[in-house]
Parts: sequence; structure tokens; C-alpha cells
Amino acid sequence: MNPFDSSLLDPVLETEHSTNAAQFDRRDFLRLLGGGLLVCLAPPAAISQESGRGGGGWSGHELPKDLSAWIHIDADSKVKVFTGKVEVGQNIRTSLAQQVAEELRVPFDSITMIMGDTDLVPWDMGTFGSRTTPTMGPQLRTMAAAARETLIEMAADRWHIDKAALTCDDCKIVDPKTARTISYGELTRGEKLVKTVSGEVHLTPPAQWKIAGTLVPKAEGRDFVTGKHKFPSDITRPGMMYGAVLRPDGFNATLSLIDTTGVGRIPGAKLVQDGDFIGVVAPDAYSAQKALAAIEARWKVPEQPSNQGLFEYLKNNPEPGADSAPQHVSGNVAEAFASADIKLDDQYTVEYIAHAPLEPRAAVAEWTDVHPSDESLSPHPANPEDDSRGPRSPGTPKVKLTVWTGTQRPFGVRDELMQAFHLSASQVRVIQPDMGSGYGGKHTGEAAIEAARLAKAVGKPVKVVWTRQDEFTWAYLRPAGLIEIRAGLKRDGTLVAWEYHNYNSGPAAMGTYYNVPNQLVQFHPSKSPLRQGSYRGLASTANHFARESHMDALAHAANMDPLEFRLKNLTDPRLRAVLQAAADKFGWAQAKSSPTCGNGIACGFDKGGYVATCAEVAIDPATKKIHIRRVVQAWECGAIVNPDGLKNQLTGAIVQGIGGALFERILFSNGKIENAHFVQYRVPRFSDTSQIEIVLLDRKDLPSAGAGETGLVGLAPAVGNAIFAATGSRPRSMPMAPDNS
Amino acid sequence: MPDYVLNINGGRFKVTAPEDETLLSVLRTRLDLTGTKYGCGEGQCGACTVLVDGAPTRSCAVPVAGVANAKITTIEGLEQHGVLTPVQQAFLDEGAFQCGYCTSGMIMSATALLRDTHQPGDDQILAYMNANVCRCGTYPRILAAIKRAAQMPAPTTGGAK
Repeated sequence: MNPFDSSLLDPVLETEHSTNAAQFDRRDFLRLLGGGLLVCLAPPAAISQESGRGGGGWSGHELPKDLSAWIHIDADSKVKVFTGKVEVGQNIRTSLAQQVAEELRVPFDSITMIMGDTDLVPWDMGTFGSRTTPTMGPQLRTMAAAARETLIEMAADRWHIDKAALTCDDCKIVDPKTARTISYGELTRGEKLVKTVSGEVHLTPPAQWKIAGTLVPKAEGRDFVTGKHKFPSDITRPGMMYGAVLRPDGFNATLSLIDTTGVGRIPGAKLVQDGDFIGVVAPDAYSAQKALAAIEARWKVPEQPSNQGLFEYLKNNPEPGADSAPQHVSGNVAEAFASADIKLDDQYTVEYIAHAPLEPRAAVAEWTDVHPSDESLSPHPANPEDDSRGPRSPGTPKVKLTVWTGTQRPFGVRDELMQAFHLSASQVRVIQPDMGSGYGGKHTGEAAIEAARLAKAVGKPVKVVWTRQDEFTWAYLRPAGLIEIRAGLKRDGTLVAWEYHNYNSGPAAMGTYYNVPNQLVQFHPSKSPLRQGSYRGLASTANHFARESHMDALAHAANMDPLEFRLKNLTDPRLRAVLQAAADKFGWAQAKSSPTCGNGIACGFDKGGYVATCAEVAIDPATKKIHIRRVVQAWECGAIVNPDGLKNQLTGAIVQGIGGALFERILFSNGKIENAHFVQYRVPRFSDTSQIEIVLLDRKDLPSAGAGETGLVGLAPAVGNAIFAATGSRPRSMPMAPDNS
Repeated sequence: MPDYVLNINGGRFKVTAPEDETLLSVLRTRLDLTGTKYGCGEGQCGACTVLVDGAPTRSCAVPVAGVANAKITTIEGLEQHGVLTPVQQAFLDEGAFQCGYCTSGMIMSATALLRDTHQPGDDQILAYMNANVCRCGTYPRILAAIKRAAQMPAPTTGGAK
């Protein structure tokens, strides 16, 4: 296919007849935007049908049923980009805008990103799995390039010349021969043009990038240093009240006694009781907390597991009905192990840890009446499962629920609200202001549902902000897990056998990237005593900790240098490249460990990112306290979109990784979290932070991958291996030094 | 509920609140000064840091009655006539944030540090700032921003003074 073939771009004009409800919506939407050019991307299925090839590199399952993102260009050449991805501190508001600016040939400042508002943006699965850069990036680039091509065609038509003679730059189409120009705004002014991009267009190669690939500062950064930015917990609405929800005394608790009469003594406070749900609403936050405290409740908390014996529990309590087949089998691992010259069989563990985003869960919910005549103005993207498009009796008002909340999955929270309140998709709008992060911990809509229940009961907008203790106790945790590894080597250090079992921690990045002919790799889901869920990098951290610690132990058993041993068993050139780059920058060849200073190395791969980490760890000879002194991390994830944002992500990942590596852990007993406060649950602080050096390998010849997660995985094993190099004692449990760091 | 006239960012704000309501709650929920953040409610994270008579103070741990006659400065009070303070500008220049939720508290603490200590060394900065948490782990850039701000000329005016 000729990438320049514009016949694949099929403009749908406003006047054309269409039975497609989605297009009707788009035109309504365009009308709301005051005309201009709206570019939409057709789903990959349509692309593969039309172009006769598969998928264009996108994974179809995570893309919307209708259209995946929109770009709008108005009469002032200003560009609006609509995407369901959300900004949580990973800087995609900036990096996505850079990519659109690049392809559209417009200044970065002319782009406004509309993100995470379910009424305004097309459906999106959510912001997780490091998927924004590899999926939304190319989609937006494709649409921006298509918009550029369309604008060139429009100018060529207007000037009656061949479009091939035209170029574009700085929001203008340029005819180099006559030096005449026309701005995008002039071309789109008065138009109502919808273009559906149904094929691949010519994208600017990263080697030619001028805006993408460069250091563009965080979009709207000034609002964060002045306090102007409104986070989800900062949102207010006219007439808004404050809510608080009664929490049980422990997990799986049942209410045995309740006395709510005290609520009546707090001026303005109202009790909301609906089955097991008990909450209060008051005109101010102070009174809401007082009213909640005035409720006397007794709970029966059943006996439950605790930290003691957790890993045996996880191993001995498989999740009922879980698939018991290995994820990967090759060769004959038992025979290979039996005939290996060097054998190592060990267990590794990771504790539950909390995301503890500094902004806890928060939501403001507002119920309004919408008359059908107003609703036709809604620019809601089509949803085939939405029954609200069917005929309705005219004049019947319908309720609409709007919730502002911090979530990585605005459409997921919309679904939760639809279910909880029996509403259709068009009756629920979730708006996600750029939030005080999540790290995988805000996939769910607990606060949204609570605020909506309270708001419905009192007929006014209600805000709910979780307390820190709520967040530690009632949010979900990164799974704890037990990992067993049995590995065998030939005398010369060649890996021959690798058997790997992960109990409960998770299957992410569980397979080994080292060359081993005989393997068995299996994930065993367990009944978790605590609520667990997603976490930045998922189980990649645990699996890299176990694998890279075990590789280090094998290197020592074979009397080989840990770097040399890894390179001997590793083919992947991208992983080898980061290993070598980290080792060179660190000075691995010269680094000598002593009882007070250890050096460790580890590497890894997940979600398109390649990482290698070297750590220098100091051990106080008197107290044996461990301090990470220096970390060098080499990273490669294809073509770099924003080197400054990337370095910030990788540095942050290393710092966050220090917590899980050395001291973060949830302590629990009998259904209660015992360290649900920052004074008890230690998070990394300034004084824990090492010197950090980042080495970026920019592969402009390779597609860009995400970098929000995998930068976390090298730290723990590099530190563990450094501790072993200094002390001769190998840490096999994360956190490695909860009482000694 | 008693009435207070609070001196905040050079302005006078009349507010009716229970005497044991925290300054943080009053700022955020009664005066809509939401730049000051709730992080833990226990003085452990520094997200709610404001200046009370110039001293960095955890507003989540101070009752409003205790600051009724004090001069309070919040993040909203630093910028003067569209000009950022050196600390604010340095945070922007260094890109010393990710999600930005800790930024207000970091800037307020750093403002107090630089007012009290001319050209602080790394160890002084770490010790002073250690009670402020950045969960995104942006500490190296915040450290760089504070050092950068220390090199910048002090603003001629500013609510932090």
C-alpha cells in the first residue's frame, strides 16, 4: 500500500446521508465545537478489512467499538485532542500533545488535550499496562497526519494546484513556489467537516521529529506550582455537601449493633442508611466527620489469616477453579535438572504493599434532571450497548449522574455507576481531573459510588474524600506472593534447567528471557486473605526480584562474574545493550565489593521496555543498616517521545522501588491492617534516595513503548545482589530490610 | 460556632468555624483555597504545609483557633502580580513534579528553608525536607530545584516574607 494514498481517507461531509448513529453524534459534536475539521480514527478491524492486512500493529481487544480518538481543528487553528487516557503524573498530557503537534506541524502550545471525560472522549479501556505510548500515541499521530493531508488537499483544491507541491509548517499550508500561505484556521473556518481515517497514513519518522522526541516541559506546569490546578479532591459544586462513610472494624465484618442517634445532634447532618451502607452528609467536612464519629457501631470480625504464616497459606490455598496448567513448558526440566552440574533450589517472597497515592480516593457526585430535548446536544460517543438511544416518550425527564473522581479507568467507573444505579451509559458522565496519582491503585470507583449514593439520598451534590487510613485499609493492595525456583547449570555456566512457580503474586513478566532449553513456568493463583489488585508493573517487580536474585546466586555458584554470566545466557540484543550500558556507566568492571559496600547488577524486560540496573549499597559496620548509595539505570523503549519526562518516570520508579525493596510492607492480623498510617507504613523519603544516574538508549528505528512501569523492576534485585556481594547473605524476601534501613 | 478573621496571603477572611476545626479544613472547605492538600491528616506527609508567621506548619494538625491572630501564607499567596517566587520558578524550571500533588507543600517547606538558611548544603536540605513525601519519587529534582532557587535573587515582594 502506498502510504501516501489518500483514497483511504474518506471525508464524510455534513450534508451526506448517514444511518450511522456515531456519525450523527460526531456532527452534533462538531456543531457544539462551532464547526471546523473533526478527524476520527476507525477501529483496526475496519483498517485490516480495507487494507487487506492485519491490525496495523494494534491489539484489537483494548480498542473501542466505535472510534478511538478525535482531533478537532478550529477557525483559529487551535487543536483539541480527545482521548480517554488520563494524566496521573506520568506526563502523557504532554507527550501525546507533542506527537499531535509533530504530525500536524503546529506549535505545542496550540494543542489542548481533552482527557478522561466520558461524555467528551471516545471509549477507552483505561490508563494502565504502559499502553498509552504504544497504542494511543500511534493513533493520535495517524489522525494528526491524516488531518494534515486533508488540509493540504483543501488548500490544493482552493488554489487549483497539485497537492504534491504543497508543504505545511506552523499551522499553515505553504506553496513553496509562490510563497503564498493559508492557515489551517482559514481553511476550516465555516466548514463542518468530519473525516474518518480508515487507513494508514504517512507518519513522520522519529529521526525527523522536531517536537516529539524533545524536552517539552509538563503541560500546564505553572498551575502545579501556584496551587491553581484542581485535583479531583479539590472539585466543588454549587450547593455541595460533604459525605463520610462508616467503615467496618475489619474485613468480612458483620454489624452486630448500631446506634445512629448521635448524628441528629450534629447541626445540618443527615444519616443515609441503605442496607449495609451507612453514611452521613453534612454542610461542611468538619460536621460530616463529627456526625460519622457520633455513630456507635459494634462489629463482629471473624478470625482471619495474618502476616504470620502468610506464604504457606498462599501456597496451600489455591483459588478455587483456577487453571492449574503451566504457562510455559519446553524440553524436559526434570531430566535436565537431574543431570545438571550445578543446582540451586530456593524460595523468594514479596509482602503485600500499598500504593498510597498522596491524593486518596475522592469523588464529587451530582444528580441532575435532563430533558430529552437537551440531550440531543450531548456529544456522547456511540455505544452499541447503550439502550438510551431508543425511542422514548417525549418530555419525560431523565436523571443524569455526573461524577468527578480520580481514576485510571473513567469508563470502568462509568460502568460501575451504571450497574450500581441501573443507568444507561448516556446517563452517567465521569470526569477525571488530572489526579494525585495512582500507581495502578485507582482502577476502581469506590468513592464515586459512595458519593453518588449519598448525593442521591440528599438531592444535592456530595463530595467524599477517603482518609489516609481508609486508603490503606479499603483500597486494594499489590499481591503478596511466594516464588519457588529450581535451576540447573552446566559446569561452564550454561543454563540447562529452569523451573519456576509463582504463588499468588502474579504472572506478569514471569517467563525468563535467558536461554534455557528445559523450562517449566507456572502461576498458581491463591485465595488472598486481603483485597489485592493492580500495581505499577504488576508482578513484574516480584518476578524480576526472584529471577534476577536467583541468576546472581547461580553466577556465584558457577564462580562467574554476574554480568558475564548473564551475557553468556542471553541473546536478546536490546537487553544485552542496556546491560552493557548500565555496567559501563556504573564502572562494573572496576567495582569491588567489601563488607561495608556491595555492588549488584540486574536486568529485565516487560511491556516493551528494557532495563538494566546497577546498585551500590553501603552497610554501616556498627549498626548493619543498609543505605542505597548509588543507582545507575540504563533504559531502552524504542524511539523516545520526551527524554525529560522519561527520565522523570525512571527516576521516580527507582525511588518508589526503594520502598518495596527495603521497607514497605502491609502488616495485618485478624482482618485488620495494623499499619494504616504514614507513621507506621514507611514510604521512601528524601533521605532514602540514592544518587541516581539514568542512561537512555534512544532507538529511533523502533516503535515507542511505555515507560511508566518497567523502570521499577531492576532496583530490588540489584540492591539484593549488592547486599549479597557485601555480606555473603542473600536476601530472598521483599522488603529486604524492614527494620534495618 | 465562633467567628474568625483570618489573615491569609495579606487579605482578611471572615470565617465561621468550630474552634477545633483544622486550618487545613478551613482553608480547603470554607475558603476554597484548595492549593493546600490533604495527604494524611496526621502531620506525616507535608502536603498541607503552610507558613504561620513564617514558620512551616502542618495545617492538618493546627486548629483554626490557634492561628486566629497569625499571618498565614498558603501556596496561593506566593505569586505576586504574575511573578513566581524563586522556589516556584525553580520547581517549574527543573520539572520537579510528576502528579504535582505534593508540590504545594514542598514549595512551602522549601520557601521557609531558604528564608532561614542561605545556600543550604545537600544534607541540610534533606534533613529539612525529609518530612515532606513525594510518592512519585521526584526527590532528586526537588533537591535540584531548591538548590537552583537558592542561587536566584530573592523577589522584591512576596507573601512568604
